[in-house]
Amino acid sequence: MADLAADQGELLKTSDGRPLKEALAQAQSKAKWRAFMLVLPLLSFILITFAWPIAQVLHQSVYNPRFSENMPQIGEWFRTHPNGTEPDEAAYTALVNDLVSAGAARTVAVAGERVNYEMPGTRSLFTKAGRDAKKLEPPFKDSLVALDKDWGSPELWGVMRRVSSAYTGDFYLAAIDLERDANGAIRQVPENERVYVNLFVRTFVLSAAITVICLIIGFPVAFLLSSLPMRYSSLLMIMVLLPFWTSLLVRTTAWMVLLQSQGVINSILVWTGIISDDQRLVMINNLMGSVIAMTHILLPFMILPLFSVMKPIPPSYVRAARSLGATSWTAFRRVYLPQTIPGIGAGGLLVFILSVGYYITPALVGGASGQLISNLIAFHVTKSNNWSLAAALATILLASILLLYWLYDKLVGIDKLKLG
Amino acid sequence: MKKLLVLSTALTAVSFAAQADVTVMSWGGAYTKSQVEAYHKPFTAATGINVISVDSDNPAPQVKTQVEAGNVSIDVADVEYADAIRLCDEGMLEPIGMDALPAGADGTPAADDFLPGAVTDCAVSTIVFSTVYGYDNTKFTGDKPTTMADFFDTTKFPGKRGMRKGAKANLEMALMADGVPAADVYAKLGTPEGVDEAFAKLDTIKKDVIWWEAGAQPPQLLADGEVAMTTAYNGRLFSAAVSEGKPFTTVWDGQVYEYDLFVIPKGAPNKDQALEFVKFATSTQALADQAKWISYGPARKSSGALVGMFNDGKTEMGPYMPTSAENLKNALASSYEFWVDHDGELNDRFNSWLAAN
Repeated sequence: MADLAADQGELLKTSDGRPLKEALAQAQSKAKWRAFMLVLPLLSFILITFAWPIAQVLHQSVYNPRFSENMPQIGEWFRTHPNGTEPDEAAYTALVNDLVSAGAARTVAVAGERVNYEMPGTRSLFTKAGRDAKKLEPPFKDSLVALDKDWGSPELWGVMRRVSSAYTGDFYLAAIDLERDANGAIRQVPENERVYVNLFVRTFVLSAAITVICLIIGFPVAFLLSSLPMRYSSLLMIMVLLPFWTSLLVRTTAWMVLLQSQGVINSILVWTGIISDDQRLVMINNLMGSVIAMTHILLPFMILPLFSVMKPIPPSYVRAARSLGATSWTAFRRVYLPQTIPGIGAGGLLVFILSVGYYITPALVGGASGQLISNLIAFHVTKSNNWSLAAALATILLASILLLYWLYDKLVGIDKLKLG
Repeated sequence: MKKLLVLSTALTAVSFAAQADVTVMSWGGAYTKSQVEAYHKPFTAATGINVISVDSDNPAPQVKTQVEAGNVSIDVADVEYADAIRLCDEGMLEPIGMDALPAGADGTPAADDFLPGAVTDCAVSTIVFSTVYGYDNTKFTGDKPTTMADFFDTTKFPGKRGMRKGAKANLEMALMADGVPAADVYAKLGTPEGVDEAFAKLDTIKKDVIWWEAGAQPPQLLADGEVAMTTAYNGRLFSAAVSEGKPFTTVWDGQVYEYDLFVIPKGAPNKDQALEFVKFATSTQALADQAKWISYGPARKSSGALVGMFNDGKTEMGPYMPTSAENLKNALASSYEFWVDHDGELNDRFNSWLAAN
């Protein structure tokens, strides 16, 4: 007992008298350093092309300096006067000064656009004032209101106070169809302007539906692939992989040719007399078009993980179950299916995540009813140029995917995921 | 070594030439072709500066994106009026101005030669184009559609409709179809009730509409038989009907016409060459030449006299121009004042309307 205590107190040492632990760490540090240098290219690549842009998108979703940068004086007035202060002559002077300098710098419309996001129709108020502000005489309160009575509106001042801070959560509100009223209280936007919540729901429901359809279609195919003799299965494998290697755009366009009302499928149906000429099926430019084309495009992402899981399952397990008296259904349900769960999980997660972010296919074949949230994100990036709103929508999408991933980990376990 | 030298010299020559190329972004299809024939080729022949043509569904947002990102690759962009005003307001364009522009071929100073409003601080009009609707003759054997109201009447004229995916022009057409005189359309659209009325009218055909985005799509939709009628830019319908002999008829009733303009984005890599290009392309002869290739009206009065036949040598262009008296009987000049202000709001409403089932 006493010996043992002495052993613990005395550290192991190398022959030159250094503690072993320290010597080992020193010897390994070189190897660790070298390993780190080896992964450094990949790490920096990921940081630069992935982590940094995502961080920028996150930042953009809460940061919009269009107003604050171009209208500094009125921003200062808002900071020094608490919410609810009636705008006085000093406020109007600051505002007119800002309008004059922003008007000269041609940035007044930029500031106006930020206000216009929150209060439609105010953009020209700013551009007009930007042109005329330098001619205004004090007292500015009267002369600016004389220029346009809207400058006296409490709602406008409420909006200007909110947008005068570059950091804001308003874009997240807008992304879930909420807005602030004149007093800053949160409320739902009018019913005919709601769009995003609907589209989020549609995107997730559609993605789930596509995942299930892919599973139903893909499971038997993967089973065939794994159980057929080599010469048939490799042929079948080529048939799975060939579309997988074909450009997404080509496949989508091919579906347009097939599905449109004067397209191949409809023409065959009419020619064979199954439907008459005026009964042609509407299979494209609607939700159905999106589902068909996306299912086809995403199918390999389901089949391949399933196949990789099914291939090593020995057929003897099911035979053993059968010989012990299980019906074929029981043998499948209790012996075969549980072994394919990692593949189902991997395929399902892949297909679902990919379809949630799908953009080009719904844009081409989805018509109006088949549009997904990513089409609106694209709209705000490329058409309306409201990047903050696009960033907020994208962040919500990203967060919900992470949530799903976490849920999957809790329910199934991420270590059970098998991609091949 | 010698080979290497030759190669590197060649590469230098190529990269040097690339330096001075003017990149022009326009709307693609038959329209871009008309610009290439009437502007780009003669410009390169006259100055030796190459012109690179880039297509887009609408160049304006891309100008904005590029200028905001500080990475401008376009030298000249072809945009609609409201966008030209808006981009200019936001300081995203290089000023051009009337003074930079050459006088007409007949000596008229540019200020008098261009149609009223055709030149702004940052933009120079090339053509007047129009959003009209056209139909496939073979789809309607009895009565033919003649009015804007007929476009919205799917009982009298059954079949799918094509419309541009966006609020602009569609709302105006909806109101005109609802009986609002062209002169009152924007006053009405400025009120919430007017907007509601327009969307209510669109509601009546919503389930029958196929939405297009690029200008080349509507003639294709008509040709494929996907739609029986579609709104389209008038030049695209003309090209399909006259150059390609498709059985399409243009209905001018309720047309919405406006200018298309050239702008130079702020920070354009070849600004000087871009300005030379704009001056050349908006000269009397270039504008008149364009009418040989597509049925858009030139923005210079002096070009009007030079407009003759289409390039097939037998089609008189006059009756196909949006500005011909016959076609202007019930026509609406698109209001940039209105769209500069309401574009965001009405497109939000449009998107939400489109997404609702």
